[in-house]
Amino acid sequence: MTQQMLAEYFPILVFLGIAAAIASAMVGGAMLVARQKPNPEKLSAYECGFEPFDDTRRRFDVRFYLVAILFIIFDLEVAFLFPWAVALGEIGWFGFLSMMGFLGVLTVGFVYEWRKGALDWE
Amino acid sequence: MIAAAAFYLFAAVLIAAAVMVVTSRNPVHSVLFLILAFFNAAALFLLAGAEFLAMILVIVYVGAVAVLFLFVVMMLDVDFAKLREGFQRYAPVGGVVGAILLLELLLVFGTWQFASDAAGFRLNPAPAGVDNTRALGRILYTDFVWLFQLSGLILLVAMIGAIVLTLRGKTSTKRQDIAKQVARSGSVNLRQPALGAGLGAIGIERPPVEPPPGEKPRQVEHAGHGHDHGHGGHH
Amino acid sequence: MEAFLATPVGVLALTVAQAMALLVPLLIGVAYLTWAERKVLAAMQLRKGPNVVGPFGLLQPFADAIKMLMKETIIPAGASRVLFILAPMITFMLAMLAWAVIPVNDGWAIADINVGILYLFAISSLGVYGIIIAGWASNSKYAFLGALRSAAQMVSYEVSMGFVIVTVLLCVGSLNLTEIVRAQADMWFIIPLFPMFVIMFISALAETNRAPFDLPEGESELVAGFFVEYSSMSFALFFLGEYANMILMSALITILFLGGWYAPFDIAPFTWIPGPMWFVFKICFCLFVFIWVRATFPRYRYDQLMRLGWKVFLPFSLVWLVITAAALKLFGWLPGAV
Repeated sequence: MTQQMLAEYFPILVFLGIAAAIASAMVGGAMLVARQKPNPEKLSAYECGFEPFDDTRRRFDVRFYLVAILFIIFDLEVAFLFPWAVALGEIGWFGFLSMMGFLGVLTVGFVYEWRKGALDWE
Repeated sequence: MIAAAAFYLFAAVLIAAAVMVVTSRNPVHSVLFLILAFFNAAALFLLAGAEFLAMILVIVYVGAVAVLFLFVVMMLDVDFAKLREGFQRYAPVGGVVGAILLLELLLVFGTWQFASDAAGFRLNPAPAGVDNTRALGRILYTDFVWLFQLSGLILLVAMIGAIVLTLRGKTSTKRQDIAKQVARSGSVNLRQPALGAGLGAIGIERPPVEPPPGEKPRQVEHAGHGHDHGHGGHH
Repeated sequence: MEAFLATPVGVLALTVAQAMALLVPLLIGVAYLTWAERKVLAAMQLRKGPNVVGPFGLLQPFADAIKMLMKETIIPAGASRVLFILAPMITFMLAMLAWAVIPVNDGWAIADINVGILYLFAISSLGVYGIIIAGWASNSKYAFLGALRSAAQMVSYEVSMGFVIVTVLLCVGSLNLTEIVRAQADMWFIIPLFPMFVIMFISALAETNRAPFDLPEGESELVAGFFVEYSSMSFALFFLGEYANMILMSALITILFLGGWYAPFDIAPFTWIPGPMWFVFKICFCLFVFIWVRATFPRYRYDQLMRLGWKVFLPFSLVWLVITAAALKLFGWLPGAV
């Protein structure tokens, strides 16, 4: 059974190969065909006319990290929902209520973050 | 045969990627190798027939956790050269901690025993004719209800912890309250002064009353300050 | 012939042929989507759009491709070279890779895996990487800001998208894409789940960084956002990747809500048209709405965008999910109910 299942995944590898080939052909082709004539002005980072003042990679607003963390949590919640959605017909009201409890706990967290202003952007 | 070859290929790449995560000099490259390791782990899950876990591994670890890692590593700009400076000094302490952990792991493995019915489980990973998503769904929410609820609580703790740690005393946010904006009437109203009487007739003085000396005028557009670059807030 | 197809080489050849039969029309479709967008936008703004190269400007995509190919590939001085080249390739490859599981007709999915919808969800969650890596590798402020915004935006809308997908799965009871379409033989899910369809469509706009959610490339503030430093074919790959993602999202919406290859009514004139044609029609309809939205709505502000994602869509889709589950359970309509 596993063998048969794995055979279904084989085309994905083929797609990966073809997509990689097309993408590299396009990038490589452009590098071969077009005339490359770099100069320092051309290669400098795009700014509004003058030299960059400081390095680009700098500290950033903590909200972006917060969004990423909250996303992980909700993503896990969705991950728990998938098998539940598929099997809900077979696990009775107990399974339904069990998920409601889980969602309830996370809704508490959601309400907390809402009230704390974690979802507000200016 | 092909499955065995694939297993060794993915396992080898996984281990190589894991080694690169630890040894790579650039932290961004470390995270990218970590992502490669996740993909290979997902492929190993697939080979074991665990389709659902393979996909969830990609969705949760590659799609969410590694994104956070990349955010942190790329944007926090941690000076890793500086972090490495103390390596010599802390090496003995680190070595002791590592040795203790290794000892503990060895103790655990020394007393490792398989459950009596483990061999049976290994031979039939999932009931035939049921894909493993459904097989998981049948037991996760009923037979393992307490573990399931516990994982919910852990997620709640993580959520609250993240908010407590990141939002310390930040109240400077200026929010837009649309309901308030819409409900606002009265503060803006139209008035029609008599023609020729000027704004003075309704109590608005133009030009505005001169500010007291010593206080600098703020507006750049104001007549007489045409070349005052000091105030031209331009960003 | 039969014997050849049974050998490993034969299987490989067959799969490659199938993949090319899907990818070549797809790439042509992507090229003509850029043309169609310009034409539709032009029509909506009482202009003519591209009309010089070939009849009705039909050769415009090829002219653009040749132009791109002849341009110099510029790698900025401060960039990380390998990642800089890799980022657009990742974006483009992901958009191609997802098509392996799309069922264009009953039984036509090239990789008919059990967890097809999870595969699509995984691929769409990987889309952030091309953008973050591009923004970081360019070492330019505009690119960096654009990438950061884009990553936070895509991540925010993915949650509600997940809830929408779970709601559909409740009505199907399988993660297989073919099964999802078959469950709509009698009624498309757009009818009972219309609010979720709306959320899905708007999330798809945000997920593909399309107007009115095109903040990552908000021209007036970030020039071109995360791909400001790109030129030549690397730029083209981002561009094609974005349009291929639009087509992919349209296909996903078609599968989840618009009944895939099924005709709208099971009566004579509609059933004459074969299934794959219906599939393509529905994708074209979605794409037209994508473009229509772009011509109609002004761009969102970033705080509004985040508010919509986290404070409106997320709670709403979660509540609707619970209501759907409770209703299905209560009336015993769940698939496989015992």
